[in-house]
Amino acid sequence: MRVKLIRDGRVVEDDWDGPLLSLEKLNAGVSGDGLGLVLQPGESPQQIGVELSRLSLVAIHFPVLTDGRGFSYARELRERGFRGEIRATGEFTRDQLFYLKRCGFNAFQLADESQLEESLANLEDFSEVYQASIEQPEPLFRRR
Amino acid sequence: MYQYALQDQRIVDQRVAQFRDQTCRYLEGKITEQQFLPLRLQNGLYVQRLAPMLRIAIPYGMLSSRQLRKLAEISRNYDKGYTHVSTRQNMQINWPALEDVPDILEELASVQMHAIQTSGNCIRNTTTDPYAGVAADELEDPRPWCEIIRQWSTLHPEFAFLPRKFKIAVCGSESDRAAIHSHDIGLELIKHPQDGRIGFKVLAGGGLGRTPVIGSVICEWLEKRHLLSYLESIMRVYNQHGRRDNKYKARIKILVKAMGVDAFRQQVEAEWARLKDGPTTLTEEEVEGYTRYFTAPDYQNLDAGLAERQLDEQCAADSSFDNWVQRNTRPHRVPGYRIVNLSLKATGYAPGDINDHQMDSLANLASQYSFGEIRTTHEQNLVLADVQQRDLLPLWQALKPLGLATPNIGYLSDLICCPGGDYCSLANAKSIPVAEAIQARFAELDYLYDLGPLDLNISGCMNACGHHHIGHIGVLGVDKKGEEFYQVSIGGNQGKDASIGKILGPSFKQDDMPEIIEKILKTYLGLRLEEETFLDTCRRTGLEPFKQNVYA
Ligand code: SF4
Repeated sequence: MRVKLIRDGRVVEDDWDGPLLSLEKLNAGVSGDGLGLVLQPGESPQQIGVELSRLSLVAIHFPVLTDGRGFSYARELRERGFRGEIRATGEFTRDQLFYLKRCGFNAFQLADESQLEESLANLEDFSEVYQASIEQPEPLFRRR
Repeated sequence: MYQYALQDQRIVDQRVAQFRDQTCRYLEGKITEQQFLPLRLQNGLYVQRLAPMLRIAIPYGMLSSRQLRKLAEISRNYDKGYTHVSTRQNMQINWPALEDVPDILEELASVQMHAIQTSGNCIRNTTTDPYAGVAADELEDPRPWCEIIRQWSTLHPEFAFLPRKFKIAVCGSESDRAAIHSHDIGLELIKHPQDGRIGFKVLAGGGLGRTPVIGSVICEWLEKRHLLSYLESIMRVYNQHGRRDNKYKARIKILVKAMGVDAFRQQVEAEWARLKDGPTTLTEEEVEGYTRYFTAPDYQNLDAGLAERQLDEQCAADSSFDNWVQRNTRPHRVPGYRIVNLSLKATGYAPGDINDHQMDSLANLASQYSFGEIRTTHEQNLVLADVQQRDLLPLWQALKPLGLATPNIGYLSDLICCPGGDYCSLANAKSIPVAEAIQARFAELDYLYDLGPLDLNISGCMNACGHHHIGHIGVLGVDKKGEEFYQVSIGGNQGKDASIGKILGPSFKQDDMPEIIEKILKTYLGLRLEEETFLDTCRRTGLEPFKQNVYA
């Protein structure tokens, strides 16, 4: 059975068939595009040695929910023009979805699949925000 | 004072709803203890030794009378009828029930208050000068900048799970009353050395705790409009590179030290090169918009000479009023007005505590005499910033029966003291009883005045909430094989010539503390030259003579 996850605001089955390469493997040299990559904490997007356009999926792994490096990684990826899927995996929780989404994540593979449907609501925890972010590039002070 | 627009209100209201849902799920067992921990911390909720503790944000120390009344009401209805002013200018209640907290937050939201990010590994309440906007030595009012930072840092999606807590302070005056050198980021409004335009000097990597460090300058002068993108660049370097393997090495000060200031600055500038001039750049109109919330209140055009003469007469007629005016009020930039400090350090009461009756009465006095505003200070006192000189006498007469007129501002008994072992689960030792014993021993006011300005700061553990490193005399609770001991340091200082105190030597028992402090003071009195303050003497003579007398 395929894994379920939230992607672009809906619960879907994971249709990713390719491998998810480690940063080390990717940088060692692979051919082709449509690649998948997993970033662990400590592996910043700045260390990615290939053109971002060759990647289709970047999974950012959260080994513990309190390690917030991945939030910056997603934002950096988007700021550098990455348009593919950014997926959160690991021990993050539904209470972090809103922040993750704002940093540029569009897919969420929760450890507990049974929470997926309920968690959709958390993507909309707030209807207003102060800061510029990936999904709202204008800070509130420019929109008042 | 800043007033919420619809959007601000919506954000705090939705935050209450979010936390209500989270608390519900936690109580139903759907969220684990570990998952709930960061959620409750980022809403100000600790679980302490005896009960939960809720820390309520007082953004840069500004409170309205209406808000203070609400705090009184909350402390009466949900707690034991008192609150505590913290060294981050926040206020905390010590006995709320966990299941009541969403209701308390809703009450707070009804008066434009919240407890967002008063704890946890995120950007905390920005602090500043309690005399902002009224101090005679001010270059520019720091509060609009504090509000700009407050909004930027509130629910910032990228920086809610930092390696460790993160504290920012802003100073806009000649003397630093915000301790900017001991903050993760310290901002100082200064003039450009050549063209005189006002911008920010940016310090980073200051901090107290286990490894006290004075902040390093990472930008000599930053154009104001770039403030947020520059802060964001610092945060991003810290979020990605700060240590996460050891809680005691996780603050930004350790990162700055490990990388070296120059390398750290380079990384920040590299991030900044990409963020600079982006949408987070402030425009003049936007800054102007925030500044309008902090314009001068409706001061009356007063005859300063007349006000002065009247006050002199009143002082001449009542020496204890005279003394209070001298000790607890400060010059105001507008003729005919004074800044009034209210000491929360009466002997016999836990330092920084204020009860519901005092809060209600003070809210009324603030409405009557000071444009309905009250400020908290990081020295755990309160300020009425805009009092007419002719109102000082009736104000003092009203404060006295409330126990809010202790004339000790800046003197030994006006000490800083964390909640310590009586409340805090992290404590190594109690701090309040030590404070009380010292206050009781040195109750003689003339002796205190003769000692001159003296900061005595007490922390119950290495976390240094009582700022012991930057007290002229610092006291730190330590644990020695399960027994409570106290380590004493001298020569620390806040302000622009900040310094970290030096440890005298082996630590002392609680009962001996007043005696030890007395020996230190006697040493000073024996050594001081003419007008020398305690700090001057320490700096001149060094530790040695103090050591000799204390350990003789
Ligand atoms: S210094 Fe230690 S004991 Fe005191 S409040 Fe902070 S953590 Fe608690």
